[in-house]
Amino acid sequence: MSNVLSWITFLPIIGALLIMFVPKSNKSLVKIIAALFTGLQLVLAIWIYMNFDQSTSQIQFREQYHWIPSFNIEYFMGIDGLSVPMVLLTAFLSFICIFASWKIDKSVKGYFAMFLLLDTGMMGVFCSLDFFLFYIFWEVMLLPMYFLIGIWGSPSRVEANGAVRGGPYAAIKFFLYTLFGSIFMLIAMLVLYFNVQDPVTGGHTFNMLHLMDQANHSGVLLNFDLRLWLYAALFLGFAIKVPVFPFHTWLPDAHVEAPTAVSVILAGVLLKMGTYGLLRISFPILPDAMRWHYFAYGLAILGLINILYGAFCAMAQKDLKKLVAYSSISHMGIVLLGMSGLTAMGMNGAVMQMFNHGTGTAMLFLLVGVIYDRAHHRQIDGFGGLAVRMPIYAAVVAIAFFAGLGLPGFSSFISEAFSFLGAFGSEMFDLRLITIISTFGIIITAAYFLWTFQRMFLGELNPKYAELPEINGRELFTLIPVAVLVVLLGVYPAPLLNLMQSSLNELVEVVKTAGPSSSTLLGLF
Amino acid sequence: MITNAILILLLPLFAFVVQIFIGKRLPRQGDWLPTGAIICSFLLALPIFFDALSNYEAGHVVVQQSWEWLRFGNLEITFGIYVDNLTSIMLIVVTLISSLVHIYSIGYMQGDERYSRYFAYLCLFSFAMLGLVLVDNFFGIYCFWELVGLGSYLLIGFWFEKKSASDASKKAFITNRVGDVGMFAGIMIIFSTLGVFGFTDVFTKIADGGLSGTMLTVTGILIFFGAIGKSAQFPLHVWLPDAMEGPTPVSALIHAATMVAAGVYMVGRTFVIYTEDALLFIAIIGTITAFMAATIAIVQKDIKRVLAYSTISQLGYMMVGLGTGGYTAGLFHLTTHAFFKALLFLGSGSVIHAVHSQDMDDMGGLRKKMPITFWTFLIGTLALSGVPPFSGFWSKDAILASALEFGMNHSAYMWIFVAMLLSAGITAFYMFRLIFMTFTGQAKDQKKFDHAHESPFTMTLPLVVLAVLSVGTIWWGWIEHLLAKPELATYATVAVGAVEHSAEHGNAHLAHTIALFSSIAVAGSGILLAAVVYHWKKISAEAWGSKLKPVYNLLWNKYYFDEMYEATVIRATLWKSRIFAAFDVKIIDGFVNGIATVTSKFASLQGAIDRVGVDGMVNGVARVVGVFSNRLRTIQTGKIQTYILMALFAVLILFVLQQF
Repeated sequence: MSNVLSWITFLPIIGALLIMFVPKSNKSLVKIIAALFTGLQLVLAIWIYMNFDQSTSQIQFREQYHWIPSFNIEYFMGIDGLSVPMVLLTAFLSFICIFASWKIDKSVKGYFAMFLLLDTGMMGVFCSLDFFLFYIFWEVMLLPMYFLIGIWGSPSRVEANGAVRGGPYAAIKFFLYTLFGSIFMLIAMLVLYFNVQDPVTGGHTFNMLHLMDQANHSGVLLNFDLRLWLYAALFLGFAIKVPVFPFHTWLPDAHVEAPTAVSVILAGVLLKMGTYGLLRISFPILPDAMRWHYFAYGLAILGLINILYGAFCAMAQKDLKKLVAYSSISHMGIVLLGMSGLTAMGMNGAVMQMFNHGTGTAMLFLLVGVIYDRAHHRQIDGFGGLAVRMPIYAAVVAIAFFAGLGLPGFSSFISEAFSFLGAFGSEMFDLRLITIISTFGIIITAAYFLWTFQRMFLGELNPKYAELPEINGRELFTLIPVAVLVVLLGVYPAPLLNLMQSSLNELVEVVKTAGPSSSTLLGLF
Repeated sequence: MITNAILILLLPLFAFVVQIFIGKRLPRQGDWLPTGAIICSFLLALPIFFDALSNYEAGHVVVQQSWEWLRFGNLEITFGIYVDNLTSIMLIVVTLISSLVHIYSIGYMQGDERYSRYFAYLCLFSFAMLGLVLVDNFFGIYCFWELVGLGSYLLIGFWFEKKSASDASKKAFITNRVGDVGMFAGIMIIFSTLGVFGFTDVFTKIADGGLSGTMLTVTGILIFFGAIGKSAQFPLHVWLPDAMEGPTPVSALIHAATMVAAGVYMVGRTFVIYTEDALLFIAIIGTITAFMAATIAIVQKDIKRVLAYSTISQLGYMMVGLGTGGYTAGLFHLTTHAFFKALLFLGSGSVIHAVHSQDMDDMGGLRKKMPITFWTFLIGTLALSGVPPFSGFWSKDAILASALEFGMNHSAYMWIFVAMLLSAGITAFYMFRLIFMTFTGQAKDQKKFDHAHESPFTMTLPLVVLAVLSVGTIWWGWIEHLLAKPELATYATVAVGAVEHSAEHGNAHLAHTIALFSSIAVAGSGILLAAVVYHWKKISAEAWGSKLKPVYNLLWNKYYFDEMYEATVIRATLWKSRIFAAFDVKIIDGFVNGIATVTSKFASLQGAIDRVGVDGMVNGVARVVGVFSNRLRTIQTGKIQTYILMALFAVLILFVLQQF
């Protein structure tokens, strides 16, 4: 199957176009089209999984065409072990989210068209290997996300202190924040473009593979100080997406105000783009800057801060969805810590954590949606004893919570453990103390999840909810596949690990050794 | 054998999966399935045990096999099964007690609305516990370590409608996590230094000097942190008494016989990594725990809490045994304690089942009503008090001997033995206090007494079996041999202090003799004192209680550990979380919103400048033009005469101007 990556990327757009021609009144047809096209996308993703050669770190399913020849811009798609898990995750969650959106009632056509457009944007980011193309997809994603949060999110409201909050506020915050980051990315991209030669034509290039080859670097890129600035600019762009403390405050707002399915996509896929960008672009293109002690330790310390700060903030939340949002910040910190040590184990742990957090947090947000649809609020203290009334729901929540707090047998345990082990065992940097402090996060995480579980589900049943209906079939249909994946990969993570590790082990070696020696680093700082 | 080992592990897992999904729809709510599975596991464990027994040699490995689980480049991570003498004994302990507890639960939990789920949880726990015992590497033991914690969490909070139960389960899990973080740090050190997880690989590499000195001590102590949590050692012991909120059979299985002993088992399993300093640390923690918990047990009124503190205290004993080099003694005590403490808990469950109260002030005189329960309970009590020939006597005596020998060799630590001996006396005292308050004398609550009855067959049968196993002679001889201390000489680089010097061997014999007699003496005096106070009532407990009010209060409030943690750790954590959350909203997000506000203010200022200034200028020009043109319009009258007049004026002016 040639051009499979183009198909997997643009299928949703075709679906979106079809949806445009469906009469407004035929809501179910819109949903069916959306389900069909994301379903096809998932089938393609599975096909890719089956046909992906796990033994090599090479780019596979390559598609390379001239796009804007005068600027040497290419339509260059291709995936390796780093992108495949993300492609699978995106396809999987998009499909699940269509069903999680089944109850959407407001301008159905618009919603699903936007959703499919978003899907294309996400898939494109993970498949493109031309920086310009990458940037386009990166920005394409923003627009549908803005509308999905702004229009289908919670309505605007005025808080007690006079601040205006709600969907529109969160949407604009998300949009501007990301845009702010992408400006820096754009600048860095242009600097790279003008200072890297295409080895064949000698012209400028956006081709990431050329960008990664240090032999092609010239001009200001030979100046170490400038490389540091460049790395910092790229980092800022990606850090906002992760989000790294202190650029994270868009996240709780966006996650809380967005409709359930959009929260799932936000936390499940969009956050990973930040760390994906670091691994795809920053690390291999500017390995010496990444290795610079202040940046390497800085990355680990930011990971530490994310882990602990996110966990503490989560503990203080009264709104369940906000708690889950902060837990994402905490869990993404583990990704940062895992990758910062430049060890095979840590790197694989980090990317596994990206995947496993995607599935785990998807469960959490879906479950928040279930209770919100019934009780119309999310105040943790407003429930109590729900396990009596909704035993199945309570059981699924328990699975999601225990997966979230990293219990062995669930996938996130493996990735967290390997991230910690990898960072601790780093040969390049001494991250032992940072790692040990980080592991205290798992106590706090256990505490807030169990405390929340107790307040919502245990104790006497709150009489207000004596009639609350149990979780229904459609909701279980969205949750069970995710739960199965969470357990399967927790018991036997090899299918995921083997998919990625050839590429990631190679990446670690490259970042550890490539680039000009950084022994003579003085100057700027 | 390997098939046996795998089946032992998988049967309970299978039963759990079936039970949790369709248990309720099975006949009898499926209670026979987990029970049957665990009994099968027990039967499968017997050949393994007899294999170890028939080989009858120290360090015998019954089965060892591992499979690749993950591979990182060249690094292979395996999961496997390792069964040696220690494992084979543990397998019997776990499967036998678990089987008995399952059978007992059929009677005890009859009529509970979540009867079916109870058995599923019990089975899940058994699976995790068996995994913990069987697994052959540090990573695996950590996984199962956490999973038994899950089983414990689910079962402590089984009656979750009660706030106290859900509080207790949460407390147990989180407290254990604290210890687990230390254990995980230890594993991280081991893995990052040695690059392997497998027990035998790690031990070999340590013996080769891969990890030594202070770092090894630190590693050992960190690994031991896990045991501090799980085995309820000072200062993380606070969760165990609260865990008694769970159903009593659960307390017997998890919080007396197996899970809490997992810490001791782990120290035994990894014994060779502990340096002399690490072992000393273990011994001191054990001593503090044993003594502190024993003193608390004196004043408790809740029958299960007395047993809970006694469990903590006995776990301390085991740690002292291991810490003072008495590997055999510590693990021997683990084994005997598992049976007699399970017996005591199940006995107390029988009593609770009969009187529907856990308060000993509601009991008394139950001996006549519940003869089987009484006699079996008495056997358990004698075993725990260390009265010969019951099992606890032999194992506790071995620990005391080990502590004494350690004290003789290191006179600075003689106090360990003294504290242990004292605790042994206290143990005998509080256990007979319990007997006298519960089974003898007059009924204190007549209504409850009248209602009391002997428990059904499913409950008394396990009591009898356990009582038989609490008689010491069946343990005598062989177990010491099977649990011989690992040959530390091969780890000479490590265990400098653990190598016994031949000169000190003389002490061993002397220590055993002294310990033997002194332990009988203190147990006797403890029982005697209990009889004087609670049976013959020659001394009034109340009078002494009020005379020593501060001491009594201190003990009654369990040395205020809970209050202390509440005031420090818990409050600080909650405070910190609130501060961070406020900081997040006020400062960080405030900054972001501030930028937005400043930008929009700036934008409106710009707008104003634009409107008033720039656009004002444009409009101004237009207005000026307009004004002028308005004025000029007045001269456009359209009358030809006026125009001619004006032209004439203009010519006149030009003419005048030309003159200058």
